[in-house]
Amino acid sequence: MSVDSDIAIDVRGLTKFFGAKKVVDNFTLQVARGHIQGFLGPNGSGKTTTIRMLCGLLTPDSGAGRCLGYDIRRQQEEIKRDVGYMTQGFSLYRDLTIRENLEFVARVYGLEAPEDAAQAALERLGLVARADQLAGELSGGWKQRLALGACILPGPSLLLLDEPTAGVDPKARRDFWDEIHHLATQGLTVLVSTHYMDEAERCHRIAYIANGRLLASGTIPEIIASANLSTWVVTGEGLDPLSSQLKRQPGVDMVARFGSALHVGGRDEAAMERVAERYSAEGLHHWRRDEPSLEDVFIDLMTRAGADQ
Amino acid sequence: MLFGYAINTDPKHLPTAVLTGDDSPIARALIGALRATDYFNIKYVARGEADADKLILSNKVQFVIQIPPDFSRQLVRGEKPGLLLIADATDPTATSGAVAAALGAANQALDRELTGPLASLAQNAPPYEIRVHRRYNPAGETRRNIVPGLIGTILTMTMLMYTAMSVTREIERGTMEALLAMPVRPVEIMLGKIAPYVVVGAVQMSTILIVASLLFQVPVVGSLFTLSVLTLLFIVANLSVGYTFSTVAVNQLQAMQMTFFFFLPSMLLSGFLFPFHGMPMWAQYTGEALPLTHYLRIVRSVMLKGSNFGDLAVDAGALAAFTLVAMSVAVMRFRQTLD
Repeated sequence: MSVDSDIAIDVRGLTKFFGAKKVVDNFTLQVARGHIQGFLGPNGSGKTTTIRMLCGLLTPDSGAGRCLGYDIRRQQEEIKRDVGYMTQGFSLYRDLTIRENLEFVARVYGLEAPEDAAQAALERLGLVARADQLAGELSGGWKQRLALGACILPGPSLLLLDEPTAGVDPKARRDFWDEIHHLATQGLTVLVSTHYMDEAERCHRIAYIANGRLLASGTIPEIIASANLSTWVVTGEGLDPLSSQLKRQPGVDMVARFGSALHVGGRDEAAMERVAERYSAEGLHHWRRDEPSLEDVFIDLMTRAGADQ
Repeated sequence: MLFGYAINTDPKHLPTAVLTGDDSPIARALIGALRATDYFNIKYVARGEADADKLILSNKVQFVIQIPPDFSRQLVRGEKPGLLLIADATDPTATSGAVAAALGAANQALDRELTGPLASLAQNAPPYEIRVHRRYNPAGETRRNIVPGLIGTILTMTMLMYTAMSVTREIERGTMEALLAMPVRPVEIMLGKIAPYVVVGAVQMSTILIVASLLFQVPVVGSLFTLSVLTLLFIVANLSVGYTFSTVAVNQLQAMQMTFFFFLPSMLLSGFLFPFHGMPMWAQYTGEALPLTHYLRIVRSVMLKGSNFGDLAVDAGALAAFTLVAMSVAVMRFRQTLD
């Protein structure tokens, strides 16, 4: 391995076209070993395509890089052996039992004792009692746990998880993330795409992608700081008409409803302060200066990305 | 529509061998008369009875015309010598027209030769007799031809269907993405998809064979071992065609359509429903490219005639070549990435 072994993912300038459409545009990312890298972005922003390029399922049109020290263009075989990829949809065999699915994975990876490996995975997952049930009959949360169990069964060094908690209840999501942290402490590197902010906040670092371009990358405080957003939290009656009014104000870059409050933000602090003073002087609503949240930053990024198109 | 041109239940130009021990003008005139019926295409001159048998067993000819050594001498003496027409009657519809034509033609065949002192011989009934041997199926029962053929068509249909959907189904269900992310090679996926159905095919073959002998009294004259080995080869050939469709098709519906487009000519141009030699040349060439054509020759020959491996080497080789080509296409077509 020629690359610093502390870096699990090191890709530069990845670009992928589907027909004439540029799905991923000049994507560069480094992930340290043992880190949990969050991967965020709106639907259709190129997250899945990027993950597929990382694990050798798609060949980038340009750009290069290494995954676990292996060249993503030429050493796909080695990458496949060492990377666990959990697809967005459930991709185990629905008409095989849970045990058969796990044994199949163990055999494909050429483990020496596939039955034992499957049994150990069943015990770890707490699925021993349901081992002979068809995998297709499991509920959404259990399917995700089983899929993760199948992913880590061959003992990979890197996990690529594509929206693993979509459509899973909050408790199951929490358990899932506890498991991911547990795996990371054992030295596994995890790249996980998600739409949930609470999940993003549990990652060591975050990358935000929109329209195929990486818009922000770093730790959460870094990303919030680099957005340079001044935000106010507005509460009171009649927030909806206020919201549409504010969107037309110069200096206001982001307006978003959070429960019973409105988050208003702008990159030009002075302009934003003038807006806040004018509206709070009207006395209809209560304006309060606050630190921008991660979600505020992402909504701003998304709005800007949309305006660029 | 094209198939309409290919179907002809009264086939002509059937491959024939001549086994003659008598090179007299009379014998030659007889052979010429038979050839003139358009039913017999004399392709081989057999060197002895063993050679003639071999030609029939290996399906190179459907008829052997055998003229005994002292045919013309006996004829001149008015001893009514016998001319033997050996027909491969495994497909009775294919041979009955030719046999009838041969009997008719022989009556006038020698009119021109029997002049002068021999004119008296031409007066009445022909001065010789034609004996017809309908080999392998003396009673001319069509079921002896159809039932072995059914093994071939049933196996073609079912085997194609099993594998034609295998890859498309995985792509549609989303399991292919995970499978591709695992360290498996295309050849391994292909063999994994084909292997279980070989067992299914073997069970089907045994079932049909048992039914054939119990209900339809179709014998198995040849070796059961030969039949099983060559049938397994045929099963693998069809499974690999199906698998190839599966790697080419975009979805299950398309794979299904490809299966039917393959199955239809297999039914019509292989010699299952209509005599192979009754078809125009383009249809025969198409037929030669279908595994069922070769398998029908194999299964009918082994079951009815007792042909062995040696007799069927060409057809077995064709099946093997077909399998190899299909598998190579499948492995090359298999998309190892999602690009």
